[in-house]
Amino acid sequence: MALLELSVVQFKNYAESRFQFDSGINCIVGDNGSGKTNLLDAIYYLAMTKSAFQAVDQQNIRQSDDFFRLEGVFEHEAQPFKIYCALQTGQKKIFKVENKPVERLSEHIGRVPLVLVKPDDSYQLNEGSEQRRAFFDHVMSQISQPYLNSLLRYNHALKQRNQLLKQFAEKHWVDHDLLTVYDQVLLTEGHSIAQARSEFMQTFEPVFVQFYRNIADKQEPISLTYASHFADPEFATAFKAARPKDLAMARTTQGIHKDDFGFALQGLPLKKFGSQGQQKSFAIALKLAQFEVLRQAKGEKPLLLLDDIFDKLDDKRIAKLMEMMASGTFGQVWMTDARPERSHKLLKKVTASKRFFYIRQGACEQVEQG
Amino acid sequence: MMQFSSKLIEEAVAQIAKLPGIGKKTALRLALHLLKQDEPFTQTLAEALLRLRREIQYCQVCHHISDAPTCSICQNSQRDRSLLCVVESSQDVLAIESTAQYKGIYHVLGGIISPIEGISPADIQIDSLLSRFPSPEIKEVIFALSATMEGDTTTFYITKKLKPFEVKVSTIARGIPIGSELEYADEITLGRSIIGRTEYE
Repeated sequence: MALLELSVVQFKNYAESRFQFDSGINCIVGDNGSGKTNLLDAIYYLAMTKSAFQAVDQQNIRQSDDFFRLEGVFEHEAQPFKIYCALQTGQKKIFKVENKPVERLSEHIGRVPLVLVKPDDSYQLNEGSEQRRAFFDHVMSQISQPYLNSLLRYNHALKQRNQLLKQFAEKHWVDHDLLTVYDQVLLTEGHSIAQARSEFMQTFEPVFVQFYRNIADKQEPISLTYASHFADPEFATAFKAARPKDLAMARTTQGIHKDDFGFALQGLPLKKFGSQGQQKSFAIALKLAQFEVLRQAKGEKPLLLLDDIFDKLDDKRIAKLMEMMASGTFGQVWMTDARPERSHKLLKKVTASKRFFYIRQGACEQVEQG
Repeated sequence: MMQFSSKLIEEAVAQIAKLPGIGKKTALRLALHLLKQDEPFTQTLAEALLRLRREIQYCQVCHHISDAPTCSICQNSQRDRSLLCVVESSQDVLAIESTAQYKGIYHVLGGIISPIEGISPADIQIDSLLSRFPSPEIKEVIFALSATMEGDTTTFYITKKLKPFEVKVSTIARGIPIGSELEYADEITLGRSIIGRTEYE
């Protein structure tokens, strides 16, 4: 998979810009606030149908404008194809692939495999179980449509059931039959989600361990664990038994939305016992493992977006990453850096073709083949 | 904002534009069209609309729109009273009627269950549906609701409530639209068509 051309119109701080990317490494350089990350986000948007940074869709539209438009010419097995996305204030987002409207946005996920490494990964992945679930859901959704569909159905039913519990709490009245209807959806979809997650961990963990050891350059025993209510074969009974509690709390207390992925170092939780450096290695190894499992599942290298990693990683880890890059582990790469001379220096040993884009105030000032 | 030379036009446009699918421009075109016609044209139109609103009734049995306390379908002695089709709205009745494939009777729910939108079973015509049972005539209830989670929820819920009456329950088939190519069907629909395949006769 490759992205050859990108046109960005009124997206975030860009007025109107066109980019022709190198099939190797694309280095986006410029001062802080110039729009380097926004450019990565535009690429992310075309692959994932949403921004990686801005949850409110309308706020991706440039200030003082009333719409944005993104167009990318991608290439899959030497066949170019176009992805188009436009959003106008107060209207529904339009997504098109080869001029054909995408009916359900969820169908588009996975068409362009992509991995984004961002500065706050380490913090986010170590912080809450919700972020960890979000990470694994993000990876698995790119690989499996049925998984994504199950997840969407589960989340929808969960929202309905929680709303119902809230209404019952307000009205001091319960319709048990109606709750049972939602229970059935949660149990069926929850079961297949838990099974898929547990199977996925089997393939993901060994890949992850290998990357971690490479990045950290240590043979520390590390592990990923997956805990789910559904691990209990009698879970359906436990779920039903929790109904009085659900009613009292006015929310669903059991299910895969409470699953947790644990990160452990020598058997101890990483968040509590890992050093800053270990946590960073962990986060980057997770992302690289994402890259590798996506590559295996799709049979092609995902696009790799590295946002501001030089500032956040120490020299040793950067050197490891550059080694991988030099050995051709990755395909097409985008990386942002506020200091062009540093990027030039670090990429010197990498023989892949390189292109430097100098960004200033939401526009590309200069392109340099390096 | 559009500028009008007349307050009267402005008012008419504002009202017409409240209708679904009609924006300001179309509303203006309709208003100007009315002005071009003779006065009786608008008179007749306005009266028809007023009568529609004032005199229309909802069938006391099935809640379909009707001119009388009981609708023409419920009154028709030619209809098969052993089949009862449950739909969301009167529009759905019209859609099924136009297929000319169904000779049974109907029940219009007037909505589907969705707690997020504040629609609970009490807000739609479920109680009145259940009050039609036990029935000496109705042998089968056919659910023809949208293929969404809300539609499914409503079907499951009512099915549960119908259990004691031991009536046969079915839902309309989900699958590939006639005349469409298999490769263009989305995976969920295709998956369900495989699961719900029918025996070839």
